[in-house]
Amino acid sequence: MVLAAIMLIFLFLFPIWKITLVAPQYPGGIAMYIWINKITGDTPGTLQNINILNHYVGMKFIVPDSIPELKYFPFVIAGMGVLAIFFAILNKRWLFLTWGILFVVLGILGVYDFHLWEYDYGHNLSPTAPIKVPGMAYQPPLFGTKMLLNFKASSYPNWGSLFYGLSMLMGFLAFFTGKRKSTL
Amino acid sequence: MKIKSILFFSTIMVGLLWSCQPKHGGRNLGESSSDAASKVYVAPGQMDEFYAFLSGGFSGQVSVYGLPSGRLLKVIPVFSVDAEKGYGFNEETKPLLQTSFGFVSWDDAHHPELSQTAGIPDGRWLFINGNNTPRIARLDLTTFETAEIIEIPNSGGNHSSPFTTENTEYVVAGTRFSVPFPQKDVPIGSFKENFKGVLSFISVNPETGKMEIAFQILLPAFSYDLAHSGKGKSHGWTFFTSYNTEQANTLMEANASQYDKDFIAAVNWKKAEEYVKAGKAREMPASYFHNVYEDKTHMATSEEKKTVKVLIPSECPDMVYFLPTPKSPHGVDIDPTGEYIVGAGKLSADMAVHSFTKMLKAIENKSFETTIEGIPVIKYEDVLAGMVISGGLGPLHTEFDDKGNAYTTFFISSEVVKWKVGSWEVLDRIPCYYSVGHLMIPGGDSKKPFGKYMLALNKITKDRYLPTGPELNQAAQLYDISGDKMQLLLDFPTIGEPHYGQGIPAELIKPKSKQFFLLSENNHPYVAKSEAETKVVREGNVVRVYMTAIRSHFAPDNIEGIRVGDKVYFHLTNLEQDWDVPHGFAIQSSRNAELLIMPGQTETLLWEPDRPGVFPFYCTDFCSALHQEMQGYVRVSAKGSDVPLKWSTGATE
Repeated sequence: MVLAAIMLIFLFLFPIWKITLVAPQYPGGIAMYIWINKITGDTPGTLQNINILNHYVGMKFIVPDSIPELKYFPFVIAGMGVLAIFFAILNKRWLFLTWGILFVVLGILGVYDFHLWEYDYGHNLSPTAPIKVPGMAYQPPLFGTKMLLNFKASSYPNWGSLFYGLSMLMGFLAFFTGKRKSTL
Repeated sequence: MKIKSILFFSTIMVGLLWSCQPKHGGRNLGESSSDAASKVYVAPGQMDEFYAFLSGGFSGQVSVYGLPSGRLLKVIPVFSVDAEKGYGFNEETKPLLQTSFGFVSWDDAHHPELSQTAGIPDGRWLFINGNNTPRIARLDLTTFETAEIIEIPNSGGNHSSPFTTENTEYVVAGTRFSVPFPQKDVPIGSFKENFKGVLSFISVNPETGKMEIAFQILLPAFSYDLAHSGKGKSHGWTFFTSYNTEQANTLMEANASQYDKDFIAAVNWKKAEEYVKAGKAREMPASYFHNVYEDKTHMATSEEKKTVKVLIPSECPDMVYFLPTPKSPHGVDIDPTGEYIVGAGKLSADMAVHSFTKMLKAIENKSFETTIEGIPVIKYEDVLAGMVISGGLGPLHTEFDDKGNAYTTFFISSEVVKWKVGSWEVLDRIPCYYSVGHLMIPGGDSKKPFGKYMLALNKITKDRYLPTGPELNQAAQLYDISGDKMQLLLDFPTIGEPHYGQGIPAELIKPKSKQFFLLSENNHPYVAKSEAETKVVREGNVVRVYMTAIRSHFAPDNIEGIRVGDKVYFHLTNLEQDWDVPHGFAIQSSRNAELLIMPGQTETLLWEPDRPGVFPFYCTDFCSALHQEMQGYVRVSAKGSDVPLKWSTGATE
């Protein structure tokens, strides 16, 4: 259970998700990283470059400061970490299971929230956009690759997600290997 | 009948005689074997193995080529204004071209020289001399831009320059056209009494690259033609060729070619440093400009310097020696070991090679034939190591490969001759089209030549390309020197006149090449780091527009309240932070040039509107899909008009 908490530390050291845009003029691609608490790019200018491209089709500017999740998600994760350690001290199997299930639900909610943001950016377009393609939305895929005009947009989990998964695994492992006597 | 037969036979005879005269024409193309194409083919998207920096000669600039493809990569403006890049037109670069004569918009750029560490090109900076108004420029090889220009006082025709020392302690500047010292109004015929030839040593800061004239050495009024600094065992010495030791001041082509031998001046600059330290240098009044461009402010500043330290050989023994060298030597080239000093007597067939070891010994033995103005002239036979009996005519310059061979250009016989250092034996020769001047082997004047290719920089082009009227491009020719026999691979045209060149493996420069400037580090006094910071400020008749450019608009793009007679400064900041997204700026009726602003940079265009009206401005560098829309207007009202100063972007009334 303590391992599950340790895994969560890595969530602050690695991005959770990565969205890559590749076009003929961007042979190396432009990569955007979504962290638990921030959005970054390959260079300090990446987010501005993506915003410049997005503005042609009328997408809102991605301004990390205006995304509240980036502010409170770190506390949720930290809270889960503290809870994990607390449960480890109590050393009750059912607590481990509760923690695991809570963590899975949080994960699903997080991904759903991410999807909502993507939907909002992709569909909520400015009516005065210079480039308007009827019927076109610019929502990047949640998981996978999709052509958005001249850009091939790929979206996949990054290292952070792996540690999220490992943390979850540790939680359940703690439940399955925990001492039967002290259960339920 | 008789007359008819005579006529008939005469016709036949004339016909026969006509057919006997030698055929002229019949171009010799010098084409090589069929594998030459594959040796210079760099497939689309692939990159060249070497950077080649060629001087632009009378264009005043430096051109950058890739080798072996011969593809032109960039023209870097140095000593001449360049409207394309706004160089010398925008307010930021104008100070770079300041001199004691005021703003000088042109020069004749001759010898590019890469900075060296331990005698090996290190890819940090490129130095090049301006010949006409004596100057040395330093180019920064992370930005491929001119970073600094220093003027050389007491000099005329800065030709024997810059030719770095082993660790770029110094670059040098010698006088090709001796002038009165100090400069004054005297009869030209008083040449021998009043004129001097000054050699300058310019120190280079090992961290910043910044140049400073450390000292000058006052020499007899000869023409100091070319130079090279010693390396390895001869580190600490710099060698300058001279002609016109006759000290003629008219019809030099004959009068400066009378003596059988002129001199190579060997300067012990470590000794000179000691004399400067010991206070032997005279602090002389002078006026020269030192101009430095800073990447953080994106701006050059000029400073006038008022004095220079001068060493006089008669007061400083053991500092300068003359080595007699046949027939107006041109190039002086030092082999990679530093032992041999090759003097190319440009009016002769053979070349004298001096030995550094023999020179030191002759100095020790005081084996001098005479003394000129306090400078001992070493006995020719006591310094000579050998002669290269070339079979060519008019040797000019020598470079070295990585296998102990030397390659010398011959202008008159239009060829390159390969010979063995030490045995002086001629190994191979190959024609050049036509009349080769300098040659360049990557690292070929350093301690560690990279070899592989040799580039001949030709003076005459004639029939090598499609004709373009009377004025033709000058040309370079690339040879493969990896085998025993030289092989011609490629011709390519060059800008201006490529005097000298430098080559370096791409890997020593490519990883350090800057992609854009960080906006967060922009310290330009008139920067606008975001659209929120844009504004228009009037101070009397000076109007400053703090403007930004980002795909695909300017802010502000509507400006009103400008008046005829105003001096309008457009301080334009490119807000982009991505590679290869420059923006341009031009405004109708500007008698200046355009601006071409790199991402993160600020540049300033001065515009002086002379009539009322509404004038468009636009982005000149195709930046994006909406580049055509990247435009705006400035409203100019009559002098004294009360139209208020107003600016906006995207505002609708």
